[in-house]
Amino acid sequence: MTEASVEIRGVYKIFGPDPKSMVDLVKNGLTKQELMDVYGHTLGLENVHIDVAHRGIQVIMGLSGSGKSTLIRHINRLIEPTTGEIVVGGRNILEMTRSELRDFRRFGTSMVFQRFSLFPHRTVVENVVYGLEIQNIDKETIADRGQRWIDRVGLSGFENYYPAQLSGGMQQRVGLARALATDADILLMDEPFSALDPLIRTDMQDILLSLQEELHKTIIFITHDLDEALRLGDNIAILRDGVIVQKGSPQSIILEPADDYVAAFTKDINRGRVLKVGSIMETQRLLDGPQIERDMAIEDALQIMIKTGSTKAIVVDNTEAVGSVSLDKLVPALARPEISAGLKD
Amino acid sequence: MDFQNPPMMDRQDLRDLKKSIDLGFRDFSRAYGEDIESVFDPLLYFLVWLEKLLLATPWPVVLLVLALLAWFGARSWFVVIGSVLAFLLIGYFGMWKDMVATLAIVSVCTLLCLLVGIPIGVLMARSDRVQSSITPILDVMQTIPSFVYLIPVVMLLGIGKVPGLLAVCIYAMPPIVRLTNLGIRLVDKEVLEAAEAFGASYRQKLFGVQVPLALPNIFAGVNQTIMMALAMVVIAAMIGMQGLGQQVLRAVNNQYLAVGFMNGLAIVALAIIFDRISQNYGKRLQKHLDGGDD
Repeated sequence: MTEASVEIRGVYKIFGPDPKSMVDLVKNGLTKQELMDVYGHTLGLENVHIDVAHRGIQVIMGLSGSGKSTLIRHINRLIEPTTGEIVVGGRNILEMTRSELRDFRRFGTSMVFQRFSLFPHRTVVENVVYGLEIQNIDKETIADRGQRWIDRVGLSGFENYYPAQLSGGMQQRVGLARALATDADILLMDEPFSALDPLIRTDMQDILLSLQEELHKTIIFITHDLDEALRLGDNIAILRDGVIVQKGSPQSIILEPADDYVAAFTKDINRGRVLKVGSIMETQRLLDGPQIERDMAIEDALQIMIKTGSTKAIVVDNTEAVGSVSLDKLVPALARPEISAGLKD
Repeated sequence: MDFQNPPMMDRQDLRDLKKSIDLGFRDFSRAYGEDIESVFDPLLYFLVWLEKLLLATPWPVVLLVLALLAWFGARSWFVVIGSVLAFLLIGYFGMWKDMVATLAIVSVCTLLCLLVGIPIGVLMARSDRVQSSITPILDVMQTIPSFVYLIPVVMLLGIGKVPGLLAVCIYAMPPIVRLTNLGIRLVDKEVLEAAEAFGASYRQKLFGVQVPLALPNIFAGVNQTIMMALAMVVIAAMIGMQGLGQQVLRAVNNQYLAVGFMNGLAIVALAIIFDRISQNYGKRLQKHLDGGDD
């Protein structure tokens, strides 16, 4: 399993007494409401396609009931799709036998849960090495790796505590260490930080980002929090009522929301801090003016331009000029979507 | 239409039916009684061996073992001293031998109930169908008057230790089965899902997650089973089980007030000792669930 890319192709999930027979009806345009009223089935996911980039963080965002937790459980088949394909490293995991699936779960994927789901009867270190014990690795390696991951997530000294003795943030560090210890390429994270306080949540996001810089896992991250999605995601898919309404980079989702639903979602974020200069710059080169890095946030760029008193700036990528940006481009980008659409006319 | 008497089977037919059931079972027990009895032989040997062992052991050693058991179970000086004192009093009032016999039979019964009951409980937790077919059997075992199943047991196996043992087990087994089943079913679904997500097999889930997390409930079942076994010793004495129960029965038949109360209170003392030991042990098993040192 060298290429741990994950492709979700045409996945449907229908809940009810006879889901299989409903698939064709839904594919032929039966609405969710009709399916419920006439046939008594619930449409959980509808024709979901996501290509998760190898070694990237794919965020799947949606409100509660949008099907995001159901979707992530399809990837290790904790929930079986009604129809569709899930291809991991070139292999359709829906065709795996029971024992192949077990090995896939042992070595190919690992998971972090919203409510931690630690084993209450095991100590911190015993929790961290759980996946390794399941893999049947020798005791010495287990102890070694367990300690390394405990140190890595900053839990040294707490090895012999029980989960109930730890705070939420520390418990989720255990959850993270437990998932990383198995060395699986794919990390499934089901709203891992949603149950934590805002400050600790930011802390955990930092830990995850710094770990990812070093480990380059393929991460699928579920969240209902747009700020979190923008902060972590290389790519974001927005799920609404079981349907993907938009996929793309964080910048493109803010700048070009696909519909009112996404626009409403993005309306309250701090655009100055999230949007990067690079995503609104023009390709026209300038000869002089202050230099601004392309991945600088707009609010920082404004700061520099106000300080230098210029209305235009050169956008650089590692000292090489790649374009330019002007105040009358930067300022409208801060406005909420409806207003900036009005300005374009 | 006669509204005073509900429709009833013809008297002659009814008599024949009862007779044929009686005769059928008698023939069955004549044909297979000895074979069935020999199946239980190992149990009998074990019981006799344990009883002899306990009687041959010097009483200070028995007290020491009891004290250690009480300490490891309950971790409380109060329970340790109480247990030793109770045993000393039982010996002082001349009931040592009977108590040892009762102790042996209750231990063997509990062991047998656990060996049979826990796997049944595990099976019940695994499948709803097994659960719904075993639950009514457990209900019958618990509610049927004990005297009623003494009849076939005596017909089949005669009078003695083994039939007594079986009678006690029929009565004492349901709680351990029920609480094993319940304990496993109550294990947090999310924790189980985590085990599943890491690729645990059925065996790894059962022994690594479900049984350990169900232990407090399983132990409540062990406690109940011991209590019910002790409650049955008087009734089982009617079919020849030795021990304190036998003395209580003798006291009832002869109106010996003192003998009745002394032996009865000895049973109470045994019950309280085993209850405190097993209950405190069960509580200690779930220590990890509360915040621990805070």
